[in-house]
Amino acid sequence: MLQVQGVHTFYGRIEALRGVDIDVKEGEIVALIGANGAGKSTLLMTICGSPRAAEGRVVFDGQDITRRPTHEIMRSGIAHAPEGRRIFPRMTVLENLQMGALAAKPEHFNEDMERVFGLFPILKSRQGQRGGTLSGGEQQMLAIARALMSRPRLLLLDEPSLGLAPMIVKHIFQIIRDINRATRATIFLVEQNAFHALKLAHRGYVMVNGKITMAGTGQELLANREVRAAYLEGGH
Amino acid sequence: MAEATVNTSAAPAAATGARAHEPSFVYLVKDALATGAIALALAFPLVGFRTVDRGSTTIIETRFGQMFLGVAVIALGRFAFSLIDAGYARAILAGSGVLSVAWLLLVAVDPGGAAIFPLGWMSWMLVVSVALRAAYVSWGDRSEARGDAVSPGDRVAATVQRLAVFFGPVLLLFAIAMPLLPMADQRWVDLGILVLTYVMLGWGLNVVVGLAGLLDLGYVAFYAVGAYSYAIIAKTFGLNFWEALPMAGGLAAMFGVLLGFPVLRLRGDYLAIVTLGFGEIVRVVLLNWNELSNGPKGIGEIPRPSFFGMPFTPAPPQGVTSFHQWFSAHLWEIGFSPIQRAVYLYYIILLLALLTNIFTLRIRKLPIGRAWEALREDEIACRALGINPTNTKLTAFAIGAMFGGFAGSFFATRQGFISPESFNFIESAIILAIVVLGGMGSQIGVVIASIVLIGGPEWFRDLESYRMLAFGGLMVLIMIWRPQGLLAFREPTILLKPKAGPP
Repeated sequence: MLQVQGVHTFYGRIEALRGVDIDVKEGEIVALIGANGAGKSTLLMTICGSPRAAEGRVVFDGQDITRRPTHEIMRSGIAHAPEGRRIFPRMTVLENLQMGALAAKPEHFNEDMERVFGLFPILKSRQGQRGGTLSGGEQQMLAIARALMSRPRLLLLDEPSLGLAPMIVKHIFQIIRDINRATRATIFLVEQNAFHALKLAHRGYVMVNGKITMAGTGQELLANREVRAAYLEGGH
Repeated sequence: MAEATVNTSAAPAAATGARAHEPSFVYLVKDALATGAIALALAFPLVGFRTVDRGSTTIIETRFGQMFLGVAVIALGRFAFSLIDAGYARAILAGSGVLSVAWLLLVAVDPGGAAIFPLGWMSWMLVVSVALRAAYVSWGDRSEARGDAVSPGDRVAATVQRLAVFFGPVLLLFAIAMPLLPMADQRWVDLGILVLTYVMLGWGLNVVVGLAGLLDLGYVAFYAVGAYSYAIIAKTFGLNFWEALPMAGGLAAMFGVLLGFPVLRLRGDYLAIVTLGFGEIVRVVLLNWNELSNGPKGIGEIPRPSFFGMPFTPAPPQGVTSFHQWFSAHLWEIGFSPIQRAVYLYYIILLLALLTNIFTLRIRKLPIGRAWEALREDEIACRALGINPTNTKLTAFAIGAMFGGFAGSFFATRQGFISPESFNFIESAIILAIVVLGGMGSQIGVVIASIVLIGGPEWFRDLESYRMLAFGGLMVLIMIWRPQGLLAFREPTILLKPKAGPP
């Protein structure tokens, strides 16, 4: 469904991605793990076309989207819950969801809203509240819910566990699994929390300094000695 | 006003309430004296001397009396503020309240009496502001004791906003009825026109600054483009006001896009600087392009609006019916009076302003309006949601500029004469002040701020040369008490019933 082929991305003269290849198949949950500054978020943003890949191709559903403007990519069936949540703080929960639905047909709005309220009941009881007054976990839920409002076939999640309490992290990952099961949406997720991400994911990639160094199923990577040493032990 | 600005640092301590820590009396006196010394240092060159032209020579007069009075007022004011913060708010409130009422009574009894104080009005305003501050602190204390998280100012703002549903129509009815009221003379109607012009400009700029969050310091450029387009189109092609108005608005919108393109990537301060420059460029071009704009001499004899082709003149040319003749023939007998045109102009600007308002209220609920607000909140998130920031920003600039252009056309037809003089940076600053002080994005806030900022200086006219000082003082007070704007309370555009959770 999504192929990233030999992508190089630069910030000025700094090469953030040095030839990345990734393949995400329909219906999968794929996790990309790696340390701070490895280029994980850059890869997600390159898929969205901002910044643009200097070399290589991004193919979604058989179409080359490398050179398309960001707002068109985001309307073609990809949704992105950006790093740091980035909900609209002065808008209510409901208005945030409306913003997410801009790329979808207006007649689907009520149905989609019920669907995300089914996944996140807490948002239903908070729908009149301003986004900025929600707790961190609720804001993350809102960010995911907002992304789901455009009926994406591919959902990109950037560090959904960032800054959340362990209990909430567990809950969020449970919901991500539910979304994958319920809506058949393909999920590509970037995480520093390698343990949860790999437990959840069907397949995983490990990124170091802008390159993919390892790939495998979630279980394989969890069991891998190097991965354990680098990302799982000592840090938790 | 020095004491007021210095005071803000102590304000949080005051809010925590009843004499939590009592600074020594001596310290407060020292503090007040220090403030007085600073005031003296400032006032010595500024107030202490003044130059007077005596025929061919200029002599310097001293005004040490006024200077010391002013310094004393400032030191006392500082002392009063410190006492309020130290927990004597009620006592100060009582004292300053009695003083200010007594002062008013004195003026009421003997209107000339105020003149015996050189800084009469000034010291009165200071006493009143001390009283306001004392009242604010004692109320704040009480709400603190009840455990309210919301400050009294916020609660007042929220109440006003809620009352706006009721207050808005009342204000509207008043605006409609105002010229017909018995006290409405030429001065009232002119003031009404002025205030409404700024309400309209404020509402127009609110689209750009309040909704889309793009800080525009050059809004007056669009006002100028609208005014000049109207003047040139109407004079060259002989079109009337209603025919030329859409063209002027369209031209202003085009200039909005023209400004929008280069500033697409800019944000915050940089955006403000470029828009400021744009405003100046337009003014300088108008000043120097003699062939088009007639340079500093300006354009005169701009066609005045007519009432469905009937001019407002005492003696119309052969074959033309003037408004008062038509009115006398069909309704009842009236003579010609210049106020008739003023009233007609008043209703035009009221109509234009209402159109701006209705348009803004509607568009906030449409995808484009919501995209503006989302863009103000977070541009990166907007991209992630498939919003095209380029188009969104450009439409905001274009629509804001269009309303500025409409207001400019109205200005031109009302004045009958325009020159680059009228489109200085200070106009942009006033319009922006209206939007910011009203509370960004609040429609009713713009109305209140226009009444205060435009109507205020007119009402303060009796203060003569202290008028702008009073105006400045008012601004400082607003910045101290409502730095987020008078009515900074964003109303959601969509609510599901039943209302779940506090908005």
